[in-house]
Amino acid sequence: MEQCIAAIATALAPAGISVIRLSGEDAIQIADRLFKTSSGKKLEDFDGYQAAYGHIFDGKETIDDAVALVFRAPHSYTGEDVVELSCHGGVFITSKILSLCFKHGAQPAQNGEFTKRAFLNGKMTLTQAEAVVDLINAQSTSAMKAANNAKKGVLYKKISAVCEKLTKACGHIQVLMDYPDEDIDSIDKEDIKNKLKKAKSELIELVSKYKLNNMVKSGVQTVIMGKPNVGKSTIMNLLLGSDKSIVTDISGTTRDIVEGNMQINGVSFLLFDTAGIRETDDIVEQIGVKRAKDKIKHADLILFVVDSSKKPCKEDFLELESCNDIPIICVLNKSDLGSVNMDSYKDKFYDIINTSSKDLDSIENLKEKMVGIYNLSLFDYAAPMLTNERQKLATENAITELENALNDISGGLTWDVIGLTIESAIEYLLELSGENASEHVLHEIFSSFCVGK
Amino acid sequence: MEYMLEFYDVVVVGGGHAGIEAALASSRLGCKTIMITMSLDQIANMPCNPSIGGTAKGHLVREIDALGGEMGKAADVTMLQSRILNKGKGPAVHSLRAQIDRSQYHIYMKHLLERENNLHIKQDEIVKINVKSGCVESVVTRLGAVIKTKSVIICCGTYLNGKIFVGGASYSGGPDGLPSSNSLSLCLKDLDISLRRFKTGTPPRVNRRSIDFEKLEVQKGDSNIIPFSFRTKSKLENKIDCYIAYTNEHTHKVIRDNLSLSPLYGGKIEGVGPRYCPSIEDKIVRFSDKPRHQLFIEPLGIETEEIYLQGLSSSLPEDVQIAFLRTIKGLENVEVTRSAYAIEYDCCDPMSLYPTLECKKISGLYGAGQFNGTSGYEEAAAQGLVAGINAALKVKNRPSFVLDRASSYIGTLIDDLVTKGCMDPYRMMTSRSEYRLLLRQDNADKRLTLLGHEIGLIDDEQYEKFRLKWRKIEQEKERLKKVSIKPSKELNDELENSGTTAILQPQKLSELIKRPQLSYGFLEKYDKKRPELSYEIKEQVEISLKYEGYIKKQQQKVEAMRKLESKTLPQNIDYQQIDGLRLEAREKLNKVKPINLGQAARISGVNPADITVLSIWLKQRGENK
Repeated sequence: MEQCIAAIATALAPAGISVIRLSGEDAIQIADRLFKTSSGKKLEDFDGYQAAYGHIFDGKETIDDAVALVFRAPHSYTGEDVVELSCHGGVFITSKILSLCFKHGAQPAQNGEFTKRAFLNGKMTLTQAEAVVDLINAQSTSAMKAANNAKKGVLYKKISAVCEKLTKACGHIQVLMDYPDEDIDSIDKEDIKNKLKKAKSELIELVSKYKLNNMVKSGVQTVIMGKPNVGKSTIMNLLLGSDKSIVTDISGTTRDIVEGNMQINGVSFLLFDTAGIRETDDIVEQIGVKRAKDKIKHADLILFVVDSSKKPCKEDFLELESCNDIPIICVLNKSDLGSVNMDSYKDKFYDIINTSSKDLDSIENLKEKMVGIYNLSLFDYAAPMLTNERQKLATENAITELENALNDISGGLTWDVIGLTIESAIEYLLELSGENASEHVLHEIFSSFCVGK
Repeated sequence: MEYMLEFYDVVVVGGGHAGIEAALASSRLGCKTIMITMSLDQIANMPCNPSIGGTAKGHLVREIDALGGEMGKAADVTMLQSRILNKGKGPAVHSLRAQIDRSQYHIYMKHLLERENNLHIKQDEIVKINVKSGCVESVVTRLGAVIKTKSVIICCGTYLNGKIFVGGASYSGGPDGLPSSNSLSLCLKDLDISLRRFKTGTPPRVNRRSIDFEKLEVQKGDSNIIPFSFRTKSKLENKIDCYIAYTNEHTHKVIRDNLSLSPLYGGKIEGVGPRYCPSIEDKIVRFSDKPRHQLFIEPLGIETEEIYLQGLSSSLPEDVQIAFLRTIKGLENVEVTRSAYAIEYDCCDPMSLYPTLECKKISGLYGAGQFNGTSGYEEAAAQGLVAGINAALKVKNRPSFVLDRASSYIGTLIDDLVTKGCMDPYRMMTSRSEYRLLLRQDNADKRLTLLGHEIGLIDDEQYEKFRLKWRKIEQEKERLKKVSIKPSKELNDELENSGTTAILQPQKLSELIKRPQLSYGFLEKYDKKRPELSYEIKEQVEISLKYEGYIKKQQQKVEAMRKLESKTLPQNIDYQQIDGLRLEAREKLNKVKPINLGQAARISGVNPADITVLSIWLKQRGENK
């Protein structure tokens, strides 16, 4: 069997369920790494055509509940071991789960790769197969076009620039090893480290822009959270300008997540009004609270609503612990009814804003802050941008290799290994343009160093 | 005038480093072999540097030896000084390099060839190769002998249509006073083999007595010499010193002022020179900011006063050479014995060869060495060995012998040549191997001796020794994975003094050894039950444990590569007829005729989508059959 590949098998659009398909060697083991059945039984112990309900985990954190369906080779679409994970998430969760598959060892599937494997494993007739050839043919033409366009593009230029710097560093290391007797300046560890760090931070910036780009495309996931009856639904309705959430004085009115879509200065926001978080015996409300907690973890932005008329206590902020890197705006609602001193909690928040349903300007103020956080209205569409998971994965792999190289340099490892690790980082980057790393390094050696007999 | 000589299975053209390994391999594999060379007195000649090995080249020699070739043994017997290069930069790039007694090396090899069964060596020149229905049929010599044969291995070095340049003087000829081989070049053209011009050069030789050694830096050999050959058991010792000198601004001025007299800059040389080995003129023009260039002063042998000046290859006129040499500190009164020269020669495009080094157009015709576009004695010997083995295997109807990139530098060298071709004379370098952490010079036997034994060039006795050695290595590794040492004040103090951290709990020796600051030797006194082991076993244990994680990472890459390599492509495919391949890919694939999908994927201009199309096409083809 070939190496395990993974892709989202359903259309990448908001839908009831999405299916992620893993196929190849280790498909079942990889699925076991991210999916735990409720019964505790491992997928590895399943027969073909068996399914189980369970949860998808990122480390200890639950991402989604899902159903896993196991196919055993050769009885599957591709003829290999296959696992299909049906999950509930929208675009964001599904992409997240796919990333998890990559993290656990799967490779991104190329266009038509499942079909290609199906064919290679004798799962298709000759006519079907010819259709596949046509398909791949068409793809290779369009892939060529895309690659050519990409070569003209800013991403290519950016990657090339990073590659060039790394190649210079690697060339210097290599030339010292290939021409040890020549009169060549020795390597300055700190200098090489700085170069690697610089390259790494440029790549990290690319990856983080990828996230921004996704926000631009699919909206900033904004979760409204807080204790029951602090006015979350009111804020939701005020932001949306419509009565989407039911507002009552009864605490615990909102049970399931209510979604809404809005635009601020051309940037789209997906709002999620959640159930107020509290311990409760009400089963329906319990589920609502759990969903709210899950939603928070994947938010791009959190609006944490507090009732200005009541003095907050430490416990009120406990839920915020789980949202480490997510910016939080603290919304002090019902500001017409009182004011609270938030000084001791200030550093938990990106900003603190007073709002009142009676003061519409305060809502405008909130909107301004929301759009300001990611500066998306200033989003530079012309900047270099990774455009898909494959590119993102390649860039992340390059970052990992640079980290490895940096650790190896600090740890005092020998230059042969360090050179190889940097070369491997370059290789990942060149995957984006389809070139060969060692050729680049060789060229660098010959053009920049004076070596010879 | 022609007469029939007897039949030979294999004819080797040339008695240089490639020819020797080719002739030995083929005769040792039971083929009746004849080697024809223009002068028996120049067998195994070193027309350039009097040394063997160097970075990556040292790896090649060890690999040749592990497969049963001769170069390593000969170098050990005739070496004058030996050094391990790149100490401290990691095991992947440790390389052996030895100064060699040039005439002793010749005597050793000539005598060895003379005593070989199945091998006939003869002084003459091949002027013609006769081909019948695409297969080699016979060769014709200058003296009129017609030799019927099944295979011809061309190892003619720079002699093929060679032309020498020293300033304004130029003449047809090969190195060291021999004539060039022009008829063979014409014949190859008639056989529709496209030839091109490459160029190389060599520095001046001078008389030792005219050098002031007081003014030079000495360069000593290693005190503990590691032999090239896994079979050399005697202790080797350095016999001479080398020296280092430097050019200066005056040297550079003389050269710059006379650049127009260099045939390179005057446009008289059309051949493409090597990027890695520029002449001194090149260095001064291209790297004009460097105030000095280094040169190495290397004796040619014990029974001669001649000295080689490594780093000063040139094609400037003789008087200019003398003038710039005498600006160098220590060489003020230098006396030149042989002037530096550039030489231009014919060679083939290696993309016209299969990885067996057999010509695609003519069955039974093989090439090795400079004829294939490489440079260097070691590169030549490696190809000679592979060509000789394959010619013999074909005669014996045995499956061919191809080394992949993950097995060896030899495999990498040949794959580069036949898959990517070369635009200038190709020299092996460690950076050419993506698997260099696996392809170390210290484990060449592990990688290749089994193959050498299967082919029949490594005898049973040597093979048993090899197996015993590696059994001991594995046992010791296993032991270190089981034995733990406890923290103690003494140990922790010593750990901290070595720049690493103390241990709090018992640790496996195999884990401790992974720390860059620690060595196998360091841990000896805490490892009470350590067995008595030889240096080479200790070295293997240390490297394989220390770099275990990195080695595993490389092995994963190898597995992925080998999966593609296992999908064989038939040789009779017309890629023009395969739907779905891009036009450029069709042309490139038709030119290279890759032997498997892995090789196809490495061709520049063939992209992953083309490989998909090919794998599907292969599958379809299988089903149609």
